Amino acid sequence: MCLILLLAVNIFLPLSAFAHVERGQAAGFLSGLQHPWSGLDHVLAMIAVGLWGAQLGNPAMWLLPVTFPMVMSIGAMMGLLGMPLPGIEIGIALSAILLGIMVLGEVRPKLIIAALLVGFFAIFHGHAHGSELPAGQSGLLYSMGFVIATGCLHGIGITIGLIHRWPTGRLALRIAGVFIAVMGVTFLWRALA
Amino acid sequence: MLAAIIAVLCCPSYAVAHLVTTGMGPVYDGIGHLLMTPEDLVAVLALALYAGLRGAVTGRRTMFLLPLAWLAGGIAGSMMGSLPALPVPALSFLVLGTLVAADLNMPDDAISVLAIVIGLVHGFFNGSTLKEGAGVLGLLGIMVMLFILIALASALIVSLKKPWTRIVVRVAGSWVFASGLLMIGWFIRGVR
Repeated sequence: MCLILLLAVNIFLPLSAFAHVERGQAAGFLSGLQHPWSGLDHVLAMIAVGLWGAQLGNPAMWLLPVTFPMVMSIGAMMGLLGMPLPGIEIGIALSAILLGIMVLGEVRPKLIIAALLVGFFAIFHGHAHGSELPAGQSGLLYSMGFVIATGCLHGIGITIGLIHRWPTGRLALRIAGVFIAVMGVTFLWRALA
Repeated sequence: MLAAIIAVLCCPSYAVAHLVTTGMGPVYDGIGHLLMTPEDLVAVLALALYAGLRGAVTGRRTMFLLPLAWLAGGIAGSMMGSLPALPVPALSFLVLGTLVAADLNMPDDAISVLAIVIGLVHGFFNGSTLKEGAGVLGLLGIMVMLFILIALASALIVSLKKPWTRIVVRVAGSWVFASGLLMIGWFIRGVR
C-alpha cells in the first residue's frame, strides 16, 4: 500500500501540471503527506512505534498502527480547533525518548499499557499536525495526507522491526532504540532552551 | 474476419469527439464528480473494504444496493431545495472507519441497511449538487462508477487470504476514521 502511495506522490510531483487547484486540494494532500516527514522528531517517534510493535509481536504489532491514527486524530482535532495543549514540543521529544527506551530495553508491558503510552503521545503529535495546516489548502486532503504518511512511517518501522527474529537484528534494533532516545534528548534540550 | 475488419475501417463515419452531440457529457460528469470528490469516494471505498472483509456475498449485495440507494437519494435530492452544509461525509467516515478498523462482524441485514443509508444520504447531497448541471444522467454515471468501484474493491479484499493483508485493510479503516474525526473538526472550525 505504501509503495502505491509513493508512486502516487511521484505522479503528483509535477505541480505545474495542476491546472485547476480550486481551494488547493492537490497541494493540501501533498502538504499533509510531507508534514510528518518534515520533522525528525515525528519521523523517529513514528518509526519507534513500528519498531516497538514489531518487538512486541502480535497483537501489538497491528494494534498500535491501527489505534495510533485514531487517537492522533483527537489531538489533531484539538489543534485545528485551537484548543491549547501545553508542552507540545516537550511531549513530542519525550515520546522519542520513552519509545527509544522501550525499543532499547525490549520492554514488554501489558498490551493496554503499551496502547495507552502510545496513545498518550499520539495526541501530542496529532496536535502539532492539526495546528500547522498551511493557509489556503484543503483541510480534508491535508488530514488524509498526514494520516497516511504517519501510517507509512509505522509500516517502515514494523518492516525494519521484523529483523528482530535474528540475534543480530535484535541487537541492531536495540542500538536503534539508543539512537532514538538520544535524539529525543536533543529534541528535549532544544524544546527547553 | 480480416476482410470484415478492413471493411469497417475503410468506412468512415463521424468521429463523435464532442460529447455535446452524443448527450453523454453529463454521464461522464457524474463519473468525474464521484472520482474527484474525496468525501464520497473515500466513503464508498471504505464501505467496499468492509463489505469485502465480510465476504463475497456481502460484497455482491452491496454492489447492487449502494448504487440503487444512491440513485434514489439523488433523485430525492434533485427535487428538493439545497440543504445547509452538514458534516454527513464525516459521519460516514467515522462509522465505516470504525467498522473496518475493528473488523466488526455485523449481521448481513444490518450491513445491507448501512449500505442503503449511506447511498441515500450521499446520493441526496449529490442530487442537490448536480440538479443544476448533470442532473439524472450524472447520477446514472455515478451509479455505474459505484458499481465498478464496489465490485473491484470488495473483490480485491475477498481475495486476500493472508492474515497480515486483513490487518493492512484494518489500518486503512483507522485512517478513514481519523480523517472523519478531523472533518468534524474542520466543520466546527468553519462554523465558529
